[in-house]
Amino acid sequence: MVSRTTADYETIAQVGCEALCEPAFWAGYDRASAQGFYDYYRQLTEYEPARAAKFGIKHFCWLCINPKEAEDPVFAREVMALIPDFIDKPNVLGIGEIGLNKNTKNELAIFEEHVELAQKFDRPILIHTPHLEDKLKGTRLILDALKNANVDRGRVIIDHVEEHTAPLVLDEGFWAGMTLYPESKCSPARAIDILETFGMENIWMNSACDWGISDPLAVIKCALEMKKRSHSAETVEKVIFENPKTFLSQCPNFSL
Amino acid sequence: MPTKKEIQDLYFMDSRFKLLEIASFLDRVDRHDGQADFRHPAFMKALEAMQNPPTGTSRAQAVHLAFSDHSTEPAEAADIQFAYGACQKEVEA
Ligand SMILES: [Zn+2]
Repeated sequence: MVSRTTADYETIAQVGCEALCEPAFWAGYDRASAQGFYDYYRQLTEYEPARAAKFGIKHFCWLCINPKEAEDPVFAREVMALIPDFIDKPNVLGIGEIGLNKNTKNELAIFEEHVELAQKFDRPILIHTPHLEDKLKGTRLILDALKNANVDRGRVIIDHVEEHTAPLVLDEGFWAGMTLYPESKCSPARAIDILETFGMENIWMNSACDWGISDPLAVIKCALEMKKRSHSAETVEKVIFENPKTFLSQCPNFSL
Repeated sequence: MPTKKEIQDLYFMDSRFKLLEIASFLDRVDRHDGQADFRHPAFMKALEAMQNPPTGTSRAQAVHLAFSDHSTEPAEAADIQFAYGACQKEVEA
């Protein structure tokens, strides 16, 4: 978790976190060169797993150039050319979080090239959908592109779904992810509403651990909220542990 | 699963608090000088959508849809890198 302190690893270990997966994302600033991503991929594949291991947590990651920095296709392709050197590192799960940020033509082209890369290496895909007013359009564009690429839908998870996009994703046979935030986006109470409305299959929750106001304990807090709403311990276990394990077990490098 | 009353016991007070926050926010916009931008009509449209969601659409979905960009073609380029939370093109359409 490049944007978090070591104390956060300790905290999530104390509440029973066994493993985490970290998507390649924005570093809080735009990197000046492709070489900046080489260093970042080393951070994700060498330093972060070592930092997590001190607390008995298995650290996994996804690799890509995130959509926020993918508007310049020449730069994006230069970065993507680094991925084959890292794809076989022991904690790499697949390609992600790719997707769209402002729903532009260039972002979409780079998204499609990432999907091809995942297919070439036969790896699962983690997808970021835009936030707020751009989410509906971005999700639709992503779904269309995935249909055109003929991907194995059971090996693709589309993240940050909310009430209006969860059914679009699930009805098409993709996995859906809900990202929990303390403010501005999906809250634990709403995530449970989405589970109760659209079902507990092919869906997971994750704690946003980014540069914004976010909370590594969000999933645990949601589990407590599920308990308040009389969900059984088995249902909670399924949603916060078994479902992610089922999806991630499709990644050749994943084990607990 | 909890009954309607149990859901009220769990969430009424928190939702009442949030509703007053919204009412105060709107009063605050009314009270201050200058001109509100497109986010104000978008917000009012979302409130209306929440109270009268189309058939088959939940209140939360109706609020999302009121704030969303409904265009379907990818943009030529990004004019801003952030999101406002409401779509100017939809409000002005
Ligand atoms: Zn994301």
